[in-house]
Amino acid sequence: MAANEVAVLGVGMHPWGKWGRNFVEYGVAAARDALRDAGIAWSEVQFVSGADTMRNGYPGYVSGATFAQAMGWNGARVASSYAACASGVTAIEAARTRILAGLCDVALVVGADTTPKGFLAPNAGDRPTDPDWLRFRLIGATNPTYFALAARRRMDLHGATSTDFAKVKVKNAANGLANPNARYQKAVTVDEVLASPVVADPLHLLEICATSDGGAAIVLASMDFAKRHAGTAGSPVRVSAVSTVTPSYPNTIIDLPDIATDSSAVVAAPASPFKESIAQAAYAEAGIGPEDLSLAEVYDLSTALELDWYEDIGLCKRGEAEKLLNDGDTQIGGRIPVNPSGGLACFGEAVPAQAIAQVCEVTWQLRGQATGRQVDGARVGITANQGLFGHGSSVLLSR
Amino acid sequence: MSTRTRVPALGAEGWFTVDADEPALLGQKCTSCGTYAFPKADYGCPNPGCTGTEFSEVPLSRRGTVWSYTDARYQPPAPYVVPTDEHVPFAIAAVHLADEGLVVMGQMVAGVTVDDLSVGTEVELVVDVLFSDDDTDHLIWKWRPVTSAHSSTGGTSERGDA
Repeated sequence: MAANEVAVLGVGMHPWGKWGRNFVEYGVAAARDALRDAGIAWSEVQFVSGADTMRNGYPGYVSGATFAQAMGWNGARVASSYAACASGVTAIEAARTRILAGLCDVALVVGADTTPKGFLAPNAGDRPTDPDWLRFRLIGATNPTYFALAARRRMDLHGATSTDFAKVKVKNAANGLANPNARYQKAVTVDEVLASPVVADPLHLLEICATSDGGAAIVLASMDFAKRHAGTAGSPVRVSAVSTVTPSYPNTIIDLPDIATDSSAVVAAPASPFKESIAQAAYAEAGIGPEDLSLAEVYDLSTALELDWYEDIGLCKRGEAEKLLNDGDTQIGGRIPVNPSGGLACFGEAVPAQAIAQVCEVTWQLRGQATGRQVDGARVGITANQGLFGHGSSVLLSR
Repeated sequence: MSTRTRVPALGAEGWFTVDADEPALLGQKCTSCGTYAFPKADYGCPNPGCTGTEFSEVPLSRRGTVWSYTDARYQPPAPYVVPTDEHVPFAIAAVHLADEGLVVMGQMVAGVTVDDLSVGTEVELVVDVLFSDDDTDHLIWKWRPVTSAHSSTGGTSERGDA
């Protein structure tokens, strides 16, 4: 066992949906669920790490304190993190490093969101120095614009087809059927995916993840505390690595929210593009490789982006993701199941909760508790995600 | 008829030449290391190995090759301003400028659809109206496929990042 591991004592979620209630309610429900799962009393939590939401006013910007107050002040230390889609992992990393530094034994990480309908748009008001405002104003570039640029490039470079992309949705929809926390629990066919309206060519409505309400929480503890604590049966799931890397210059792949890349005229593009470097940093930290994985939970903001992740986390070589999918390797029962939870395809994105939810799913899988979607004999799992402006997000979990 | 005022769209002031015969994006070139930046590097040279803070303003290549492309079938939300009464889908391209090693996004001119584009298609820069109000045209750069009559041969400089 590596010296820099912490234990996942408990995980919990509030089901994803479009409930329209206060995000705090989802976060508290998930937190109580995780504490119950851990067998830990709220009064024992020494550090509360909140993943922030930007769409729910001030309470969302100071989510750690918001959740702590809602559960009844207990005097714990607190932090609140925002890193867009990577907020959850940033909050996990704050808790992990505090535990590893010996400053606390037990930490609670919570993220929750309530989302508006439709495209995610920037905050109101003219902000002409903000790239996120500029891309909407000057180009009309929505989030699906960027997902579609990546998808089209797969098609033109690697020969991917719309049917390949649709099969990702079909796989994830089948996985989510048995997940009680998933928002969408409905099987779909390739024909249904391709018959849905094109939003941003080549991507159809059913290939782009929705925005959802939801909440997720985990209880982390030092390995020493976990050994003393009788609440979990057998050896706990361990966090073996967390990656929060930034890109290396020059970042030559256009991505949200920028309208231009760095220049590769003077410094050549790095051997590993940003998304590859995210998982590589986690593997290097843990001394674990992609060949050791039992499963992966990756951020399928679109069907095509799931295929990019296969390559970015090292499941196959560049350009081979469609073959991996079509051979059935990434379905449950295959060599390396991806998104057994159903992924964002079945959840939709609840931004600050999503990266935490990925860790919840891997934990259930490694404990053998993923009823109806269990990956047999799962021992090692990875989560992978990326936050706007270059926030890497990956967690390696082992048991 | 009164003369309409033509100004760069809010946020893009100084980002491209206006009313030139051959419009161009205006980037920066670091006087220390020679790296390019577009839009302008507000906080010093973006090359982390360079401490330069002086830049020369340079016009960027007017032609490039399509790195990838898509379209906007649905009306984008504000702050996008819909230029017509009803949303008309438009194509968007990310264009690789070989000399500068940059990829720059932009709308394609009206009438160009994704069926007209491939990765590697050669395009050139034009300045066009993003939207109009009262007596002002708010301008932006857009990309337009290079017609075969004007195309320089062997112009494909597409480099895979994979």
